[in-house]
Order: sequence, then structure tokens, then C-alpha cells
Amino acid sequence: MIGGLFIYNHKGEVLISRVYRDDIGRNAVDAFRVNVIHARQQVRSPVTNIARTSFFHVKRSNIWLAAVTKQNVNAAMVFEFLYKMCDVMTAYFGKISEENIKNNFVLIYELLDEILDFGYPQNSETGALKTFITQTGIKSQSKEEQSQITSQVTGQIGWRREGIKYRRNELFLDVLESVNLLMSPQGQVLSAHVSGRVVMKSYLSGMPECKFGMNDKIVIDKQGKGGATEEAAGKRSGHQSIAIDDCTFHQCVRLSKFDAERSISFIPPDGECELMRYRTTKDIILPFRVIPLVREVGRTKLEVKVVIKSNFKPSLLAQKIEVRIPTPLNTSGVQVICMKGKAKYKASENAIVWKIKRMAGMKESQISAEIELLPTNDKKKWARPPISMNFEVPFAPSGLKVRYLKVFEPKLNYSDHDVIKWVRYIGRSGIYETRC
Amino acid sequence: KVLLKYFTPLPTCTVGEIFELKAELNSDKKEKKKEAVKKVIASMTVGKDVSALFPDVVNCMQTDNLELKKLVYLYLMNYAKSQPDMAIMAVNTFVKDCEDANPLIRALAVRTMGCIRVDKITEYLCEPLRKCLKDEDPYVRKTAAVCVAKLHDINAQLVEDQGFLDTLKDLISDSNPMVVANAVAALSEIAESHPNSNLLDLNPQSINKLLTALNECTEWGQIFILDCLANYTPRDDRESQSICERVTPRLSHANSAVVLSAVKVLMKFMEMLPKDLDYYSTLLKKLAPPLVTLLSAEPELQYVALRNINLIVQKRPEILKHEMKVFFVKYNDPIYVKLEKLDIMIRLASQANIAQVLAELKEYATEVDVDFVRKAVRAIGRCAIKVEQSAERCVSTLLDLIQTKVNYVVQEAIVVIKDIFRKYPNKYESVIATLCENLDSLDEPEARAAMIWIVGEYAERIDNADELLESFLEGFHDESTQVQLQLLTAIVKLFLKKPTETQELVQQVLSLATQDSDNPDLRDRGYIYWRLLSTDPVAAKEVVLAEKPLISEETDLIEPTLLEELICHIGTLASVYHKPPSAFVEGSRGVMHKRLPAQSTESPDVGTAAGGSAPEAAPSIIPSQGDLLGDLLNLDMAPPTTSGPPPPTTGMQMGGMDLLGGGLDSLVGISHSVDPYAATPGQLVNPFWVKWSLQTVIRRSDGVLCLQVWLPAMKAKGLEISGTFARRAGVIQMELILTNKAMSVMTDFAIQFNRNSFGLAPAGPLQVLTPLGPNQTIEVSLPLSTVGPVMKMDPLNNLQVAVKNNIDVFYFSCQYPISMLFVEDGKMERQVFLATWKDIPNDNESQFQIKDCHLNSDAASSKLQGSNIFTIAKRTVEGQDMLYMSIKLSNGIWVLAELRVQAGNSNYTISLKCRAPEVSQCVFQCYEAVLKN
Repeated sequence: MIGGLFIYNHKGEVLISRVYRDDIGRNAVDAFRVNVIHARQQVRSPVTNIARTSFFHVKRSNIWLAAVTKQNVNAAMVFEFLYKMCDVMTAYFGKISEENIKNNFVLIYELLDEILDFGYPQNSETGALKTFITQTGIKSQSKEEQSQITSQVTGQIGWRREGIKYRRNELFLDVLESVNLLMSPQGQVLSAHVSGRVVMKSYLSGMPECKFGMNDKIVIDKQGKGGATEEAAGKRSGHQSIAIDDCTFHQCVRLSKFDAERSISFIPPDGECELMRYRTTKDIILPFRVIPLVREVGRTKLEVKVVIKSNFKPSLLAQKIEVRIPTPLNTSGVQVICMKGKAKYKASENAIVWKIKRMAGMKESQISAEIELLPTNDKKKWARPPISMNFEVPFAPSGLKVRYLKVFEPKLNYSDHDVIKWVRYIGRSGIYETRC
Repeated sequence: KVLLKYFTPLPTCTVGEIFELKAELNSDKKEKKKEAVKKVIASMTVGKDVSALFPDVVNCMQTDNLELKKLVYLYLMNYAKSQPDMAIMAVNTFVKDCEDANPLIRALAVRTMGCIRVDKITEYLCEPLRKCLKDEDPYVRKTAAVCVAKLHDINAQLVEDQGFLDTLKDLISDSNPMVVANAVAALSEIAESHPNSNLLDLNPQSINKLLTALNECTEWGQIFILDCLANYTPRDDRESQSICERVTPRLSHANSAVVLSAVKVLMKFMEMLPKDLDYYSTLLKKLAPPLVTLLSAEPELQYVALRNINLIVQKRPEILKHEMKVFFVKYNDPIYVKLEKLDIMIRLASQANIAQVLAELKEYATEVDVDFVRKAVRAIGRCAIKVEQSAERCVSTLLDLIQTKVNYVVQEAIVVIKDIFRKYPNKYESVIATLCENLDSLDEPEARAAMIWIVGEYAERIDNADELLESFLEGFHDESTQVQLQLLTAIVKLFLKKPTETQELVQQVLSLATQDSDNPDLRDRGYIYWRLLSTDPVAAKEVVLAEKPLISEETDLIEPTLLEELICHIGTLASVYHKPPSAFVEGSRGVMHKRLPAQSTESPDVGTAAGGSAPEAAPSIIPSQGDLLGDLLNLDMAPPTTSGPPPPTTGMQMGGMDLLGGGLDSLVGISHSVDPYAATPGQLVNPFWVKWSLQTVIRRSDGVLCLQVWLPAMKAKGLEISGTFARRAGVIQMELILTNKAMSVMTDFAIQFNRNSFGLAPAGPLQVLTPLGPNQTIEVSLPLSTVGPVMKMDPLNNLQVAVKNNIDVFYFSCQYPISMLFVEDGKMERQVFLATWKDIPNDNESQFQIKDCHLNSDAASSKLQGSNIFTIAKRTVEGQDMLYMSIKLSNGIWVLAELRVQAGNSNYTISLKCRAPEVSQCVFQCYEAVLKN
């Protein structure tokens, strides 16, 4: 199991050090600093073995978190724990920065004591932790409160406490997708996938039983078999089903139920949670198409022309569009002409950055640039990194639609109809690249 | 922001600071005290020594303020070890806190106490811990469960003496899932340091409890439970399937570690499922999506996932064969993710996807990172070798890359083209001209050596081969050994092909190698060539220009036994390093080798299931490492190496071939005997499959324990003995496999038995005629007689053996199946049977149950007959078949048996009667073994 946990600043100074096992000594702290943080070469692996001691590290801005062990630990668990640790810290004091860590070091030690015992991760749900670890010192609790805390920390529903009350029962669903694309210069899709998240913000009283439904092909097909009328109804309402390659769920979702019936039922944590993640690869709507044209004119000049086409309903608007066209290292000057938006050559980033605020569907826009090159005797040709793109569109490129989210709270007297529900779809570019 | 002041950059506390802190710690004001302790902790964190403040800090411990208490505890955990006597001062407070009304304080106390690693404290810890393990509050119990593991780490004996292990086992049935999970984690850890204890005692009941808790506990608890489940071996395929069914829902968990641990359980238990089962293929299909999803996790987790996928793809290529695209490298992937993806792409490359793969690889070859580009170029070469149809395209891609003139790309390309020439002789030699153009730009030894090899190998087609080689000769002594050796060989080849023009050149290189060089390898090889050429040029030609064995398609496959072990460690560090835990874990932990379970059904290739590799994975040609010896001429042409941590270990089998005796042909011959299909029933399973195992047992379809390591190499100075017993045509034979794992040759083998229950003795000497070279293996069959001296052993079928060789005498003991002593004339007359049955006193009768046997009485009878258990009569009473049987042992003892088989009931009842009732137990075991298979 995890033998120790250290947090360093960018200089390699220790901010937090907690040792859980005897086999990890103080010298481990220095070993990591010398061999990884101060290493001359960039680290080639997130797992490093130094003198039979293994170091797992993640970096958040310029803060290093390192877990150390001498045993054959579950490596995936260690990383999951480190991420979780970051989440918990962020939930408590915001951004993970040197200053914040220094200001909250007592709190961090307290958290570490609670969520990692002898190197074994324990309940690390912020909702539960916040009931008894607070920044303002420990509140004195009544006996009932104490037993409520302990039963929640160890209980089956460790992510929600009893007795939550809201005057207005409300919930917000965000379907956030990032669409990833790798396209060849000829416009052939080399790989494309959508990785999506359903984020739920709920302000519901009591212990609400929720059931979430979407246009999952497997579910729709199953229902279709149930009766022809339903199928017809499905068609009428224009619901198209989508094939989900795989999905994972927040720990509140009953997995065995999903496995057996493919229904998603759960009691949500209070406030925000990521209900599910999913991945699709079929029938993806690619919101933009990038058509590059790069011509080398002699050894000192490049001509670049890039056309982007939006490919969605004309009534919708894409936002925050940015096209990044890489330029060679020996670029001496660039002239750009674009029909729409603003384009600039950024020497420090070796790229032409073309920004368009808004663009409707089924439109087209173009940029052309002349790049002057300094003659070099470098033998290696320019690697031509891909043209990448960023955008935001108000629909889900996977085609996912939320069909329902039903809420039942048997003990309190509010029904599904009384809950105010909001759904929003946002599609963003993930790694959206076209080779040129 | 106020707290920033605690962090001062000074490396040590000054005397003044200590003094000041001391004063503050002893202040009357609570707030001041707390601030002071915080300062102390801050100093501790940055590594300053504040141990001098121990008594003052401990004094702050008795407080109602929980925050202050926690801070003091933190300090205690750090410094108790350096001040053990003072740490005792804290004990009272702990004991008191363990009785506090607040469960949070009780848990805090027991948690902290376990972290104070001072021997004296542990005694005081026992009582509070015992109470906390039975506390009414689950939060305290779950903390106490982990505390047992802590205590065990300090004083294992104490934990055993105090009976904590039993209490811990009881907690597995606790009503609270988190308590169960922590108890499982603690027990698993303790069990690891007692490899032979039956601490976890996994049985269907406890497994059921774990599976129930699995649905209810936290994500971390699920990981503990799944990792523990993976250590269980189900009794049969049905149990295996039902566990798999209950574990598969975990594949949808958001926590990647839960997913990977579930994959581990499934990969392991799948081994036991019959391949024709519908569920088997369903399960295979279910595994792919979650594995792909892992690739959208954060990069560090992607890395862990990819290292594991690398193993999974080797073990079960069918799972991800259609998922090539997800392994395409993204421009912004961290380099460690890129390199791993590339590895998997090569493994998944097939005729179906080769076009796409090649297009990608070509793209990668133009990237910036040098290591990545090199690996991509190499990958193109691997594709050519792996997918014959693509070879031409690969070669032209490589030529394009050579045209880029990027130095390291060119060199890498030349190295792989050499391998392509080896794989497809006389096909792509037209490109040699292009290669020769780049001769001057090669500055890495590997590339130079590869180029020289090409020139030498194709000297007859290169007009100016002599000039080219001569140009290298000028700086002969500055070259690396690899290049020197290759140059020597290439020039000798050239001479044999064009003797007239190159005599001067060959003399020059021979004298450079033999007279002017200090390198013994180079000198020796020089002399060998010199003498060969001067004594018999025809022979020289035959030797030097002999046909080369093929090189293998797959490189750096992990050796099957290691792969199997790593599959059992999916998700852990071992799977990241691709090394067994014993390679990087100190002490006793993790030394135990894990193995995949064998398939339990009757299918003809069960023998290979234990070997862990599908038949098609067994290379029928010599793996590239093997040609180190196979191809004497290219001794220095290192096989295509690939970067990455795992050293390829395929082909070790070839390591010890006797060059002089067998030559190349025998090498090729050996590789055929590796074929697992060669092991037909009644024959031994080929040693190849068990070479790496320690104390492993392979069960064959007939259920006989078929090969067992009796004497591990580490106990016998490198001699490993495994074997089995058989009875063939009335002769008892001991089949031995001797493997020399030492560096030196072993000779003068002899064998002797200690006195044993049935007077077994070797009927002749041990037939090991030729010396056993390093890494060589020999199969010996030793006929046994039953006329040796007799002494009753315990167990009855125990046999103590001494084996001698030129190094030492080694002893081991093994157990033989008593069925090999059943003689052929064991069928008793009916009347005699009846009389004898009555004659033997009833006290000598023993009854046994054989469960889950699905044969009818006739099938059972004929099956038993094969082992010389003869049915004398059969009677059917009320739907129950009664079979009467007799057995005669080699020493004349008769065993009479009555076997009752009820139609529709899979449980048999067997009664054995014998004048020597001691043998009954052994005989029963034989029945069970024969009938169950």
C-alpha cells in the first residue's frame, strides 16, 4: 500500500509530508526531488523506481504530488487516489497552489489522516468529509450527530447525508461533450470519438430515488420490441437512438441494476456530481470541417490556405471558434488575410491563431497566409504539426438526448412533477485536429 | 495568509527558536498553544528537527480541543520512534480516548496508536484494540481493522498470540460494507507475509459475502475486495462463471482502478471457462469497451492502462483486435503514452488494418521526439516482418524515410531493413544501392554493423563491396566491438564469394583482428576463420555461408509463465513494470508467484491451458533471441532490440544448444519439440511449459498429477528435477525431467531411494549418458521394481529420493499415486471375493463419498478397469447399482470395494475393505482421481 505522500512546490521544497509506513524514510523525499523534479531530462514516466522505491506522481499547475511505496501496490488505485486528493483539496480551499497549500497545511494533514489510513484509501467523498472536517475547527457535535456522521462515512450511501431540505426542489443536468477528431489532409476521418459527461446539480430534499433515461440504442430497441405502437411513438417524436460504446458511472449508481436492465437508478449526492461518463464513436456529428492547403514556394516561402465549414443546423450558433495553424520554427514574417474574425501570428507559440466569435451552421470561412522563412541549413524537414481547432456548440455531437429524469421521494410529500428540471447540451472540441 | 509565516526557509531550528516554541507550548492560553503546535508541525514538514520539544508537545495532548489533539498526534507519530521512553507518557491518554463517548475520538485514538511504532507501546495497545474491534460503531471497527495490520507490521507474533487474526476474520461477516472491505485489506496484507498460511481461507461462503459487500462499499473498498477475489481459485467452471457474472457490473465504475481490478478477476477466472461456452464469448466482448474507455482517463492512468493492455493483448489478442484506432497517437499525448500506444499498435497490426497502421507510423516518423521517431521507424520494420502482404509497402515507406536524410531516421531504417532482408531473402535487394548511398552518414554502431552485414551478405551483388568494406577498415580500431566483429565476418564472406580480388583485404582484417586487437572475442573469431580458411575452404564456405534460420515475427513477447503471473497482477505496479513483484519488492512480500487457474473441463488441449499460451502463440520458428547461437556467423548482430523495460526472454530454451554436436539442423529440430501438441496422452508434457515454474502442478485431462517440480533449481545448485509416475504394460516407471539451470556442465548422475512403504527401488541406473549442459533439459525414464527394502512411510505413498551428480547429492521427496501399484492380475474370483469380504473384520471397512461424479456405473467400471481396478459383479437394487471390485497391490495386498451408484445422484458411496486398512485412504484418492476425469 501507499507508504508515504509528499507534496512539493516547483522548486522541489516539501510542503506536505506524511509517512504511513516504516519502509519509507526521509531520504525518499530527497530522492524524488533529485531524480524527478530536478532531473535534467523531462520525466518519461509517471511511475519512477529509484533504489527499489516506487514513486507515483501527478502535477497540478506547478505543484507536485507524489505517492511513495516499496510494495506491489495497485498502481491504478494510487493514481485514482492522487486525483481524488486533488479534488478534495480543491473542494476545500480552491485552486491547488503553493500559497493555498501552505495556508491550509493543518487541514491537509487532517484530511490525509482521514482519507488514507496506513496507506489504504478510505471514504474520500467531500460531502461526507465536510460533515466533520471543517476549516473553522471541529464543531462540537451532539451524540446523534456523531453517530450520523460515522454511519454516513462508513455507510452504503456515503455520499449523501440524511435530512437535507430545500424549499424549492430543483435539478440541473448538463450534457457536456468533447468531440475528438483526427483527419487526414484529404478529409478522411482517421479517428473520431465523443467523450461525454452528464453532470448533475441537484437541490432535492430527503433521500430522492432518481431514474435517468436517455436515447440509448439498447434501451430503445428493447422497448421497441415490447410493442409496435411504442416504436411508432418513438419515431413520431423524432427520437433517434445512439449507440454508446461504453459508459461509467458515479459510485451512487447501482451498477448491478444497470448491468441487468440497463436502467440508471441512484440516490444522488447533494449538489454537483458527475453522474456518468460515456464514449461514442458511431454517427458523430462533426461540427466543423477543416480543409488545409499548404504549398511550399521555394525554400523560403510557404503559402497556407485554410477553409472551415460549419456542419450543423443554420439556426444554431457556434462560439469561441479558434483555429491554430502551426508555422515552422524559422518563420521570419507572416501576412494573413481572413474573411471573418481576427487572425494573428504568434511567434512565441509558432502558430497563426485565427479567432471567430460566432458562426452559424452551414457556413464557410477562409483564411490565407503567406509565411516567409529564414533560410536554414537544418537538414530535418519541418514536421508539419496538425491544424487544431477549438469551438463550443449548443448541441451534443454524439446525438445524445436526455429522455427523462424521474425523482421519487417516498417519505417527503413532493412528487416528480414538483421538481423543476433543467437540461443543457454543450459540445466542445476535444483534440480536434486535421493533418496538413 | 497568516500561516505563511510558519514556513521559514532555514534548514534547522536555532536554539532561540526552540526556546521560544517551548515557552509558547507551555503557555496557559489555548490559542497560543495551538499556534505553537502548528509551528512545530510546519518545521517538521520541511524536515527540521524539532524532537527536542517532545515533552512539551505531549503535554498538550490532554485537551478537549480535537484540532489540537490531532496536531499533537501527528507530531507523536513522527517522533515517537526517536523518543520511545517519552512516548509511553502518551499511552494513558490514548487508552482513555479509546473509551471516549465520541466514536470519532475512539477511532482517532486507535488509528494513531497503531502508527506509533514503539515496541513498548504495542503491549498497551492490545486491550483498547480488542475493544475497538468489537465497538458498536462501524467507524471505529473499520479503523480498528486496519490497526490490526499496523500492529502485525510491528509485532506479528503478538497479533497471532492475542487472537486478533480470528477477530479480523469475523469482521468479514460484518454488517457494514466498509468494515468488511478494510478487514479484507488487512487480512490480504497479513496473508502476503505468510505465504503458506490459510489466513484468508477463501471458500464459496466467504466469497459470497465478499461479492455482496462489493455492491455496497466505497470505490476503494471495491478495489480491496476485487484484489482479494483475484487470489481465489474457483472449484469448477460453474462457480467461476457465477463469480464472473457478479463482477462484470464493476466494469462500468467511474474509478479506473475498480475497472482494472475487475478485469484482473475476469481475465483470471476466464481461464477456467470452456471456450465453447456462450458466456465465454459474451465475456470477451464485454471486456473491450471498458479497456478502451480507460484511454480517456488522465494521462497517468492511461499509462497504467496501456501497460496492462499490452499484457492483455499478448494473452488474449482477440479482445482488442478490432480496436486499433483508439491506440493511434495524439499529437499532444505525453511521450510515455505515445511510446506505449506504439507498442500496442505493433501487437495489433494485422493484414486487416495494416494500411491504416502504416499511414500512421509514417506520420509519426516525422515527429519531434527522437525516441518516439526511432520507435516508429522500427515499428514499420516490425510490420513488414509480421504481415507479409505489407512488406513491400513497408520497404518503400522506409526508403521514403531514408530520403529525408534525417540522420537518426536513416540509421534506424537501415537497422530494420537488415531484419527484413533476413525474413524475406532475395526479394528486396534492389534497395541496397540506396542504402549504400547513406554509408557515410551512419555514426551509430548498430546502424554501421547492420550496413556492414548487408554489404557482406550481398557482396556478390554489390560491385564495389570490397571498396565499401575497405573504407571501414581504415579506422578499424576506433570502431565498437559490434562493428569490428561484423566487419571481420563480412570480409570473410566477401572473400568466399569473390576470392580472387579480395585476398589482400581478408589478410588485412584477419591480422587486424588477431594480432592488433586486445578483444578476446574478436581475436578468437579471427583465428577460427583463419584456420577454417587455411585448412578447408570448402568447409569454410559451408559454415560461413550456410543458410540462416528464419527470424520470428513477434518480438519481445513476454515469456508465457511470466505473462501468466503478470496477468494475475493486473493493475498493480508489477503490471506497470512488466516484472514479477519479487523483482522489485524487498523481503517476503510478493515473493509468492501467482498463477492462472487451469481449465477444469475435459478438452484435449488442457495441457496447454496450464502452459498459459494458446498453441498459435508458440513460435514454430526460432525466436530472434535464439539465433544468437543458431547463427554463429552473425554472433554480433544483436537481435532487433526494442526499448522499454521488459527484457525479452523468449527463446531461452535455445540458450544451451551444443554447437559442436547438433549444429544448425538440430537447433531447428528442437524447436519442433516445443510444439505443445507433441504432448499426447500418456506422454510427458514438454518441459518447455514448466521450465519457469516452482512447485507447479499441471493437471492433464485424465486428471493424473502429471508433472510436478520435485526439486527446484534453487535448492539443488541449479539442477531442477520434475517428473511423474506411470504404469505402462505392467512396468512402473518414474519419468524424470532434469534441467540444468546452472552455468556449468553436469555429469555423473545417479539415483537412489530411501526405504519406502511398498519397496520401490530403481530397476536400473539413471540413463543420463551425455553431460547436461547449461540450460539443457533431458527426459529420463527410470523403470522401478517393487522388491526393495520396505519401511512404512507417512503418508503411505511418500518416496524419498537422492540424486547425485558431479556437484553434490540432493534429496527430495515426492508422492506417487498408489494406482501405479495396482497389478494386472487383480481380478478376484467371485466366490473368493464373497468369502474374503466376509472374512475381513468389519472394523477394517471404511466408507467414502465421491461427489459430483456424473458417470453411470458402466462408464465408471470401464474407466476404473483402465487403472487395474476390476469389477467382479454388478447388482441393481431399487435403482441403485452396486459394483463389487477388487484390486491387488504389487505387494500382494488385496483391496475389496463396493461402489454404490444411484441414478440421478452425482454422489457415489464407496466402501473399502482390506486387511491393511491403512491403504484405504490412498486407494480412495485413486478412485476419486480416476472417476473425476
